[in-house]
This record gives sequence, structure tokens and C-alpha cells, in this order.
Amino acid sequence: MKTTGARLLRTLLERQGIHTIAGIPGGAILPFYDALHSAGQQRTIRHVLTRHEQGAGFIAQGMARATGRAAVCVATSGPGATNLLTAIADARLDSVPLVAITGQVPQTLIGTDAFQEVDTYGLTLPITKHNFLARSAAQLLEVVPLAFQLAESGRPGPVAIDVPKDVLTATLEVTDWPAPGGAVPPPPCPEEEIATLARRLAAAQRPVLYLGGGVISSGAADLACTLAQRLSAPTVCTLMALGAMPPANPLFMGMLGMHATKGTNLLLEEADLLLGIGVRFDDRATGRVAEFCPHATIAHIDIDQAEIGKIKLPYVSLVGDAADILRRLLEHLPAQSRPAWRTRASHLRQAHPLRHPPRAEDPLHPVNLCQFLGEMLPIDTILTTDVGQHQMWVAQAYPVRRPRGLLTSGGLGTMGFGLPAAIGAALAQPGRRVACVSGDGSILMNIQELATLAELRLPVAVLVFNNGQLGLVRQQQELFYHGRYEASRFDVVPDFAALARAFGLRGIRLDPAGDPLTDLAEALAAPGPCVIDIPIEEHANVLPMVPPGAANHQMIAEPELASLHA
Amino acid sequence: MPDHSPSFPLPASSSPPSETATGNCHVLRDKPPAPTAVLELRVRNHPGTMSHITGLFARRAFNLEAILCVPLAEGATSLMLLLVAEEPRLEQVERQLAKLHDVLSVHHRKDLSPGFFTRLTAAASPAPAG
Repeated sequence: MKTTGARLLRTLLERQGIHTIAGIPGGAILPFYDALHSAGQQRTIRHVLTRHEQGAGFIAQGMARATGRAAVCVATSGPGATNLLTAIADARLDSVPLVAITGQVPQTLIGTDAFQEVDTYGLTLPITKHNFLARSAAQLLEVVPLAFQLAESGRPGPVAIDVPKDVLTATLEVTDWPAPGGAVPPPPCPEEEIATLARRLAAAQRPVLYLGGGVISSGAADLACTLAQRLSAPTVCTLMALGAMPPANPLFMGMLGMHATKGTNLLLEEADLLLGIGVRFDDRATGRVAEFCPHATIAHIDIDQAEIGKIKLPYVSLVGDAADILRRLLEHLPAQSRPAWRTRASHLRQAHPLRHPPRAEDPLHPVNLCQFLGEMLPIDTILTTDVGQHQMWVAQAYPVRRPRGLLTSGGLGTMGFGLPAAIGAALAQPGRRVACVSGDGSILMNIQELATLAELRLPVAVLVFNNGQLGLVRQQQELFYHGRYEASRFDVVPDFAALARAFGLRGIRLDPAGDPLTDLAEALAAPGPCVIDIPIEEHANVLPMVPPGAANHQMIAEPELASLHA
Repeated sequence: MPDHSPSFPLPASSSPPSETATGNCHVLRDKPPAPTAVLELRVRNHPGTMSHITGLFARRAFNLEAILCVPLAEGATSLMLLLVAEEPRLEQVERQLAKLHDVLSVHHRKDLSPGFFTRLTAAASPAPAG
């Protein structure tokens, strides 16, 4: 079959089962767009035109995070490629399978400072799992399936493919088509290591499970819950693992670390064994590492050998697929009751609840809002967040009831993630309600994607927790910089409801003096996309909080805060 | 900033440090002898491989004291020898290296010392300045 590089690229994506891609065309990538167009009646790939390449990157991420399968974003050379970088780096830090395809100037012009030329290969090198510069159309036959294989295998991550324009326009004869690339299972963990871990777990008196994003990506959430039950082990989650255990489970202790409830961090102080599954001992989770779980033996399960011992040296380490390891581990473990430890955990949970005013008194307190959203939204809702205070309030108070029920930028902490990720999630999971909780700072960072949302008419509700501040910055300035507020307050905050209407979307602003929760429920119950502007108290803080660099037991909670201001 | 002045014994010509010498790959630093290790990598031989490997070290503020790279057999793969500081975090860097798609294997060459690179440089007789 005679074809061009561009049509070959389209066909290879079709063969990967890709139905939706997000991107923006431009000079160097135009042959690929022409190939999309030329599919005509047989067309199977829908292209979502975004308003900024970063939006395309995060829409692809939303699709990938909602499904676990690699998703594709496309941009042209130069600024198109540089605009994708943040979304690619974000995917790297949160281990999200992403294939980013960029146009490049023709190979004869590479290195000449040609129009819209940038060293995309060099720029993506440190932020991808792997990257390619395709040097011939024939190379695409190898590179494209391999990109999907690398993105989805082992610890998932982003792969970039830079394609010069002459590679897209070149003609070639294709006779043998390569098999589509996909996840290759890692080698199984040796049985004796699983048996060692089982013995160690059985001998522990105060075990705690510490679940990370790897539990979600390996589809091991149910197995982790079974393990917790079997061991009577209280369970903490990282931000990335929220949804792995239903919040109603009596063993669930919520998120650990910087914004955990005090009881959760105190429990970790008392643990004699900590089993980390798909975690990387991130500083936001551990606080000062030397004082993290001081009395616990560490056991660590991860698919990435390089994570073992990176931060904490484990006593037992198992490298492999978490679902496979947990399934085999459970065969070794009889049920254990540990009534004293369970009681201790539930005592700590009850003794240190999240502190917030009652709903009747302050319905728009962020914690009340998040709990209310949990009651109003369907159980299979996908909630995305941006980054800042609202993200931490969601992590503390919104009940994430299913794996992949919360999509959030954890590692890179990218403001602007929420709206495009919500669009991606809605594209990938038709029929499900998607809500994006954002802040007045974050939402403006990719606000242009409201135009994309208005075009697609997806069931995405954007909730702007509006305090007129970069709230988490303001909070840190209050707590750690003696209230010297610099560049954290906005003098002008747009009317987000009017802005939504300007984009052709439903826009609502809640009135604190009226019955805001009823209005919120009505707005959420109406079909289709909307933006809900929610005025919240300007100076509300996310508490408790472990100061950056401090140990997790040095939490600032409400009473300490009061004395700080005395 | 690492000090790039070559202090290892130069061969007879003993020319002052030239652009060629400092711009070259095999530059040894003027520092008291620190424990070193030699890593042997088998890698895919294509234009991006060296960037991946040097980038990984640079991002971790790890200096590559010496690099030797030669193509193997048909030229599809290369053998690379790296002289690096022997530090506790080297093990973590080795694991990260092993994860690179272009790196096929990583081994410690305990039989090789920094002198191996010095002798090679001497044998290559750096070009005179100017």
C-alpha cells in the first residue's frame, strides 16, 4: 500500500484504537491534519480543537487518567511544542500515559533557526519517559507502537514523538503493519519475597497500609481494600490514591502528610509496620523524612525499581505489578483481628476531626461545600481539581468513592489542570457527570478552554471557589512570612458567571445572603456545562498543616493558629 | 562551577589548556582524589542517546569526570564507559540509568580506575594550541 508519512501516522493511531485526539494545527503538522481530513467517510479519529496547546495536553491527560489508557495530544513545531511542555511534565510526575505528537520543521532546516523551529527533542528529554525524533516515514512504523508500549508499560508516563514535516510528506510503500503497542507485563515478583512480606505482616502488631497512585494505575484498589480488611490495618492514601478505598470504610484514615487530619499523622507515628504500595515517599506525604514513621519497619511494593530505597530504605521490597503481588500475597495471609489497633485508629480519627463551622451557620465554608458536593453529585462522578487551597479542601472533605474518581495534578501541582482535564474525562467517559473544582487563581490559567467546552457541550460543571486570592500562597505568607502579603491578592477579580455567558455557557453566581446551597444543587442538577462562581471567605485556611520541611507530628491546627496570632 | 582546568599529566607537548582540551569529553577536574567508579553501559547508538545519559547525570548535579564511547559490531549499539564519583546516591542514578529505553545494560567496572582514561588521553596526544 502506497501512503505518506502523515497518513501512516493516522493509520497507526487508528490501529492503536485511538478515537479522540486533542490539539491545534500549525505549519509543520499540517500534513497530518490533511491526513485526518482525507479519511473522509472512513474517519474514526475525532479531533478536538483546543484554544491553547496546554489545554490539549491536559485534555489528553484527562482522557488517560479517567481510563488508564494512553491518550494523544498534537501540536505544531515551536510555540505549539513549548506550550505542551507543562502538560507533559505534569504527566511525568503523576505517571500518566500520554503520547505527545509534535510537528517539526523539515530536516533540511533543523538547526538553522528556521521559522517556528525549537529543539523539541531536547526540551522534552528530561520530562518524558522517552522521546523520539522520527527521521523517516518508515521509522514511524517502529516508533508509534513503541511509544504506546513505553507509555503504558511498567510505571506509565509520557512519550513525545517529534515529526519533521518532510517525514509527514514523504511517500512510502507499507506491506507489513506492526502490531499495536500496549502494556507489557513486568516480570513477576519472586514467590519467596511475597512469603517474606506475608510473614512480616503477620508478625506486625500495628500495621498501616500507605496507598499511592500506583494502586490506581495497576487496578489494585479492591485488592488493597481486601488486604486492609484481612490484616485489620488502618489505611492512609496519598493525594493520588484517593478513591482507592471508599471513605466509608472504617479502616480508612484519609490522606496523610501536609494536610492530613492530626489523627492520621499520629497513627503513623505509632505504626510498627508501614506497607507502602505504589508510593514514592513524596515530601508532601512524609514531611521531614528522618522523622516519618519513626517506629515502623518499612515494606515497599512498587513497579519501579528506582523508587525502592530512593527516600526510605525498606526492610522488605517487592518490585512488580501491585495487583499481581497483592493477589498472591493474599493467598498467604489468614484473617487477623487486631482489635486494640483498630480501636486505637478509630479513637484517633474521632478525636481529631476536620474542624469547620456547622453547615447551617456557614454553608459556603469550603469544607462544608466539599461535603455538600459529595452528597449532591452522583456516585460515579469524576471530579477534577486545580491546584491550591480548593484542591486540599477537596482532598480533605470530598468523599472520593471510586478509583479514578478524582483527577488532580499531584506531583507538578499545575494550576490550570482542572478545566481541560475535566473536558478530557467527559470525552473519555460519556454519560458521567464531571465536576471541576477550581479557584479564582487557577481557573484563569486555562480559561480559554471554556470555548472548547461550549463547543463540545459536555456535562462539565466548573465550581470556582472564589476568595480573590492566590489562597495557598496567602496562607503560607500568613503562617510562615509573618503576614507580609506580597502578590497574593487580586485587585480585580472577573465576574466568572458573566465570563461563562460570554463563552456561551450557563453561568451562576451563588448569593451568600440567599440560599446558596439550594441554588448550587439546582445548578448541578440542570444538564450540560456550567460555571458556578462561589464566593468563599477570603482568609479561610487549609488546616491542619505541616510547615514545609517540618516533621508530620509538628502540625499547625486551629488551636495552635489561635496562639500564633495572640 | 566545576573547575575544568586539566591537571592530569599531559604528554610532551605540555601546551596550555586549549579550547580543544576543555571542550573535549575527557576532562579531569583539579580536585583531591575522591573515590571514583567506572560504569559500563551498553546503549543504542543513535543521536539522542548521549543527551539522555548526560542529562540524567547533570539533572542530579553529578559530574561525569570522563566519557568513552565506541560503537560495537554492526554499529546498532555502543559501549560507553563513564568515570563518576563514588557516592551513596550513585546507586539511585544507576537505577535511573537502567530505566532509560536507550540504555540496554549497566555494570560496575571494578577492574578499571581513573588511570585508564588518563592513559587513553595521553595516547591520543591532544592537538597543539592554535
